[in-house]
Amino acid sequence: MDNNRTNKSSSIEQSSTVNRQLSIECRKLTKQFGAFKAVDEISFDVEQGEIFGFLGANGAGKTTAMRILCGLSYPTSGQATVAGFDVYKQQESIKKNIGYMSQKFSLYDNLTILENIEFYGGVYGVSRPDIKTRSNKLITTLGLEKEAKKLVGELPLGWKQKLAFSVAIFHRPKIVFLDEPTGGVDPVTRRQFWDMIYEAAADGITVFVTTHYMDEAEYCNRISVMVDGRVEALDSPANLKNKFNTDTMDDVFYQLARGAKRMDN
Amino acid sequence: MKQLFAFIRKEFYHVFRDRRTLLILFGMPVAQILLFGFALSSEVKNIGVAILDNAHDVQTEQIISKIQSSSYFQIKKPALNYKEIENRFKEGEIKCAILFPANFGSDLYKTGGAQIQIIADASDPNTATTVTNYLNTIINNYQQELNPTARLSYQIIPEMRMLYNEDLNGSLNFIPGVIALIFMIVSTALTSVAVVREKELGTMEILLVSPFKPIMVLIAKAVPYLVLSLIDFIIILLLAVFFLNIEIQGSLVLIFAESILFIITCLSLGLLISNVTASQQTAMLISMMGMMLPTMLLTGFMFPLENMPKAFQWFSYIVPSKYYYTIIKGIMLKGLGFSYVWKETLILAGMASGLLFVALKNFKIRL
Repeated sequence: MDNNRTNKSSSIEQSSTVNRQLSIECRKLTKQFGAFKAVDEISFDVEQGEIFGFLGANGAGKTTAMRILCGLSYPTSGQATVAGFDVYKQQESIKKNIGYMSQKFSLYDNLTILENIEFYGGVYGVSRPDIKTRSNKLITTLGLEKEAKKLVGELPLGWKQKLAFSVAIFHRPKIVFLDEPTGGVDPVTRRQFWDMIYEAAADGITVFVTTHYMDEAEYCNRISVMVDGRVEALDSPANLKNKFNTDTMDDVFYQLARGAKRMDN
Repeated sequence: MKQLFAFIRKEFYHVFRDRRTLLILFGMPVAQILLFGFALSSEVKNIGVAILDNAHDVQTEQIISKIQSSSYFQIKKPALNYKEIENRFKEGEIKCAILFPANFGSDLYKTGGAQIQIIADASDPNTATTVTNYLNTIINNYQQELNPTARLSYQIIPEMRMLYNEDLNGSLNFIPGVIALIFMIVSTALTSVAVVREKELGTMEILLVSPFKPIMVLIAKAVPYLVLSLIDFIIILLLAVFFLNIEIQGSLVLIFAESILFIITCLSLGLLISNVTASQQTAMLISMMGMMLPTMLLTGFMFPLENMPKAFQWFSYIVPSKYYYTIIKGIMLKGLGFSYVWKETLILAGMASGLLFVALKNFKIRL
């Protein structure tokens, strides 16, 4: 795990010097509801294959920002591209090139594992033969050969979550958005889940992840912390800890978020 | 197109794996047909009758035996006096009593007129009216038998014909009503629940983030229920024809076309409900209270609309099933062609497109 992580970050540094390919580019992105600025001129870049942590207290504007990046709503002002596509004009292309998994469950309990995979593959327009070969491979990798024909509802939560992630990247998106993907899962499963995230990143998939767990934040290559609609900090976990003169991410987050005026909404 | 196909297949998996949905889909039409066809009959049969015969002559015996032979009445043990009759009415043993005065027969021949008192329990007015009508008929018949030759010089004999339903088969009337009801349940209630379920589970988010167009989500939800409604429709028609011996007079093609139009109306209603609700329970409640109740009460298949207060009659004009009921009744029972039902069809088509438009427009992309 740790080994894996250091490998990953070094490869990012290498690639960033050679050719920096940007997955997400945000310039002064703003979303305003009346007088309320849910997202207030945020700017950041996410590189291809990077694991980008998107942190912030509830009500900080994470969800609103993520909705724009997923092509579900339009920003009020500012620019952004996702996988090279404009968030104003090319929502359809964005949707084709991203995967999404949420904290709420995204698989159908009364469909079998295979049927779930076939359904999502079908919705993303993956061809039938491709669905067949890829789902066979996926089931072998996950070690679910015996359960393939079982209803998803019968699986333990941890497996469901791993399966949901595999389904989210089944159509080989350029970016995958994970919205608090590990809520309610035990620490062991969470570690395994992050192993899968690393594998996906190693395959070149950019991972954009929100979380409330600070240990998970440490697994990210870089993290941003949103406070009151603005990005207040953006760096690697190590640099952030240095900057805030502490040795836990918890503390970094607390120092940043305690100044927040907006609380739970 | 392939995406849509994958989606529709998934919807069918949902339906066929949910026992409750299956029960509603296939149990309900059968249960309703059996209920309306056999149990809920407006005909009155086996009415308890007590007879107080103070005459005991040939004539009263003959009348009593005529009543006895009719399947509508069941003669209980004879009453001894007036007081006893009252008690038996109170206990509910009898619904009707017949009193022959002493000297019934001799009065009839000597004075040329005799009296019978018929007492009916009018706490249920419909039954009371029916019972007295039956008895009247029986007595009139008897009277004619007594002197068939005696005829008034002028006599008006009404000759009645029950058009479109010669045997007064009560099931004819409700079959179109049951069909409308089933469509309301399957197309409106089940569809709205199916969409709202995705919202509740959080899978709607995933669908909205996918390149699958929101409108396609609605279409994919609607198509399976359209198919299932049609299957239900066929089941009801088969039951009606083979179980209840109903002859379908008009064109089957026209009946199907009109039904598809009505199903689309119901589906649009269902989608509209799902747009404005967030939980399956609310969706179910709105469909049941808001859609099924008006269908039962304001289409005219259970209670005649003509007798309702004006306000209800006006309200019934916005109930889509009223038009469908009129159309299907006309085609199925009277054999009417399209030229007779085009007005209702047009109204229904207008409603369908209006509702569908609003439903599609209101379908929000939400996360």
